[in-house]
Amino acid sequence: MTSAPDLSPPPLLKVAHLCKFFGRHMGCHDISFEVCPGEVIGVVGESGSGKSTLLNCIAGRLRPSNGSVCFKTPDGMEDLCRCDEARMRRIIRTRTGYVTQHAAQGLKMHISAGGNIGEKLMAAGTRHYGKIRDAALMWLDKVEIDPGRIDDLPSTFSGGMQQRLQIAANLVTAPEILLMDEPTSGLDVSVQARLIDVLRKLVFSLNLSMILVTHDLAVARLLCHRLYVMKQGEVVESGLSDQILDDPRKPYTQLLVSSVLKP
Amino acid sequence: MTVSYNFAYLDEQSKKMIRRAILKALAIPGFQVPFGGREMPLPYGWGTGGIQLTASVIGPDDRLKVIDQGSDDTVNAISIKQFFRKTAGIAITEDTETATIIQTRHRIPETPLKKGQIMVFQVPIPEPLQFIEPKRPQTLKMHGYEEYGSMHVKLYEDIARFGRIATAFDYPVRVHQRYLMSPSPIPKYDNPKLHRSPAVLLFGAGREKRIYAVPPYTDVVSLDFEDYPFELEQWEGACAVCGSTQSFLDEIITDDTGTRVLICSDTEFCRKNAGRSRP
Repeated sequence: MTSAPDLSPPPLLKVAHLCKFFGRHMGCHDISFEVCPGEVIGVVGESGSGKSTLLNCIAGRLRPSNGSVCFKTPDGMEDLCRCDEARMRRIIRTRTGYVTQHAAQGLKMHISAGGNIGEKLMAAGTRHYGKIRDAALMWLDKVEIDPGRIDDLPSTFSGGMQQRLQIAANLVTAPEILLMDEPTSGLDVSVQARLIDVLRKLVFSLNLSMILVTHDLAVARLLCHRLYVMKQGEVVESGLSDQILDDPRKPYTQLLVSSVLKP
Repeated sequence: MTVSYNFAYLDEQSKKMIRRAILKALAIPGFQVPFGGREMPLPYGWGTGGIQLTASVIGPDDRLKVIDQGSDDTVNAISIKQFFRKTAGIAITEDTETATIIQTRHRIPETPLKKGQIMVFQVPIPEPLQFIEPKRPQTLKMHGYEEYGSMHVKLYEDIARFGRIATAFDYPVRVHQRYLMSPSPIPKYDNPKLHRSPAVLLFGAGREKRIYAVPPYTDVVSLDFEDYPFELEQWEGACAVCGSTQSFLDEIITDDTGTRVLICSDTEFCRKNAGRSRP
């Protein structure tokens, strides 16, 4: 990515000294960073390095053992770890979207594409069928799915389409931060390219912030402004994407970058 | 009456436990209260939840009416009536107006309910959110935090597929502006009868071991969309027996060539109405 975004506005999300232990095993340890509006952050590392644990803590799916996860809300910065569950669920529901690796986990496969997109709108209180329908059609178009397929079940969609549908279903209520857990794995390269293309367009046009967890460095370079490299639950290196990928400083990052196959 | 059973089959401790669950259910309208469901001498799905409720609230002076699909004389209705005649020796009636307890499977009688009456519903699936969220811990949270928006997904799917809200029975309702409730398999035609009903409405699910209730004069509102409001079924024609256009009609095929007639589903109402119009 070429131009770095303006970092002057206050951060949307502030993670400070986040730790998560599973019994004696460490999921992630002492992680701190901020996400500003329009910023795309990549978390890379090998599998088992704690990337998904970190994302799940931010998404309220796991309770961190220590540290804080603060979201910007109309009432100021609110810490997920210190508010009650009802409040936490509301913050997560209104501020974030979550795209899973497997579309079957993020979508309701027995409900039509339109219903999947409309669900979040209805959960947010929209009670007008026409408006829900229009929003669904508009979002299908934005993620490059034929609007004629609005009443088809997601199980009849290809993997790439399912993933794009999942993104539409998450963005329909205009969250500020999109959390993505390996959205491109399991897709073949051309489908990946299309997904990345759609994502880049959306990030620019909506000034969307994103936290992208991936083990694919090519995807990270194309989408992310900043990268965090994780190993065994800790961040070993962080900085601008190009800087990290072109000039890695830590031995682990050098190993990671050099292990990518080049055709 | 067989002496080997306690009055109305259930032992007094079980009745006490069920009554406590009923009181809790009445105190939180629409909330599903778990209870220690007992084994009843008939299979799940035949009204074990309803029978346990009736057995717990019935007294020697009560008059019981049991209907199944609106009819007083179908197998299920007759066997439940016989069960209570044998175990409680109480009066059985088909008359909605004089009955004090009415146990039902699919209908609310056409004759308006009165203050002092108790309706007991047999419920197969008490959880209205089950279609959207099959996980019980999740649905508990959704009820707790009042996250009911996704219930409209079911109605959305109906309109997208059929052009109208095609859900015809078990149509979800909001009780007292709070809990989302499944009104058991009554047709949506009967939903307005739940709203501010003067009778006590008790719902019992035997297999799922859950009791919920709507106290008298409580708001019960059917879910809908602003541009697709809640609508009642309508029929072209009147009851072939009594000529009523004001009741829920069943379509019945009468011969091999597909001749159809419409007949009141509520047999007691139909009989009375026929007597009134043809003296």
